[in-house]
Amino acid sequence: MTALTLHLAGRASAGDRPVFGPLALDVPGGRWTCLLGPSGVGKSTLLRLLAGLSGGVRFDGQMAASDGLPLAGRVALMAQDDLLLPWLDCAANVMLGARLRGLAPDPARARALLADVGLAAEMRRRPAQLSGGQRQRVALARTLMEDRPVVLLDEPFSALDARSRAGMQDLAARLLAGRTVLMVTHDPAEAARLGDRLLLLTGEGLQAISPPAAAPPRRVDDPATLALQGRLMVRLMAA
Amino acid sequence: MRALRLGAGLLLALALWQALVSLSGVPPFLLPGPGRVLVALWTNRVLIGGHAVMTLTGVLIALVLGTMLGAATAVGLAASARCRAAIQPLLVVTQTIPVFALAPLLTLWLGYGLASKIAVAVLVIYFPVAQAFLDAILRTPQGWMELAQVMNATPRQVLWRIRLPAALPGLASGLRLAAVYAPLGVVLGEFVGAARGLGYLMLLANGRARIDLLFAALLVLCLLTWALHRAMEALLRRLPPVA
Repeated sequence: MTALTLHLAGRASAGDRPVFGPLALDVPGGRWTCLLGPSGVGKSTLLRLLAGLSGGVRFDGQMAASDGLPLAGRVALMAQDDLLLPWLDCAANVMLGARLRGLAPDPARARALLADVGLAAEMRRRPAQLSGGQRQRVALARTLMEDRPVVLLDEPFSALDARSRAGMQDLAARLLAGRTVLMVTHDPAEAARLGDRLLLLTGEGLQAISPPAAAPPRRVDDPATLALQGRLMVRLMAA
Repeated sequence: MRALRLGAGLLLALALWQALVSLSGVPPFLLPGPGRVLVALWTNRVLIGGHAVMTLTGVLIALVLGTMLGAATAVGLAASARCRAAIQPLLVVTQTIPVFALAPLLTLWLGYGLASKIAVAVLVIYFPVAQAFLDAILRTPQGWMELAQVMNATPRQVLWRIRLPAALPGLASGLRLAAVYAPLGVVLGEFVGAARGLGYLMLLANGRARIDLLFAALLVLCLLTWALHRAMEALLRRLPPVA
């Protein structure tokens, strides 16, 4: 898979109200970029624009991938809400994409991916029979099943308890390695653990922050990571 | 426990009814007591049973046809915004015509047999089913629609795999109404013109001042409607989960 670098430059508005000001965002190919910021600053809008979901927001500017081709069809999205279909079992939920495109799904691959996220035994269960963390793991398997070079994550782990969240972060970091990942989060700890590149979005615009030396996913008790988490928190509170 | 409470309530109602009849001295040809009605029900059980089968047949056929037509309309209108803009206002306008007024016409066109009764009941069922299902199809949660969009889904697959299954509770509420309305439609058709059916029997008993028989037929109609309602609930519980 070629690692796509993304570039977005411009501004967005909803009606007369600006959503985010003029900014330039670079998401390096094959790396994990964390976009951190206070709520209401336009992080999710930015992510959704890259996913091709305008949702009534007007974007003036350019959005491009490094190979010059359109992004549509090369992006997978995972959100805070797992968006699993309650009437389908886990395996069918993982294979949803192919079915929705009218193509034959690949059950063997779905099984393998569910095994990768540790849910081999829950294949035939419906979402209502799973815990929140398990449901989010099914959503991760569904995202991987799409096999897209760009993965956009919109606070996917924010509804989980601290322990499941750390587990999901490790799992996602391992399984999404090699892809271009842009993750929106409001959790400084998450950004400090996972980002190859860290960006802080505030009313003033985007600022890059240098990550700790260790390769992600960094240990939850890594001193440099914890120190960065503290610094990020201070900057978030000042924003 | 629930059955016990229901039974106790029923007994109390019967006692009140009997007390009203005994104390007020209303003649039995105006209001018979529950005892007389039960006797009339037992002695005329074959007669009432025959008419009830006729009514039930009409109700079941109408339920199937009305549901199919209503659901097909909802799916058709959901699939095309242009159809929706053209047909939906028309659909509402047709609902301003009372089915009572149409029943004699349907009997004139379709005759005194079962067909005219089925037509009346289908008209009664059709709108609530179509409207409830269509509303639900058009209210698919935004997140699922966006997920489908990012997955490059085709509109047809989104309709079949997400919007219709997600709208089944809407269809179910339409069907709940239909199960109760369908007997109403058939009996209305029988009132207007029929040679068989519980509605016909009730009119006949009324004309001959056999009020006990009228009440017996009414009782059977109530039981039939209640049983339909219960059967529909049992059927709907088997639908896949949506929330």
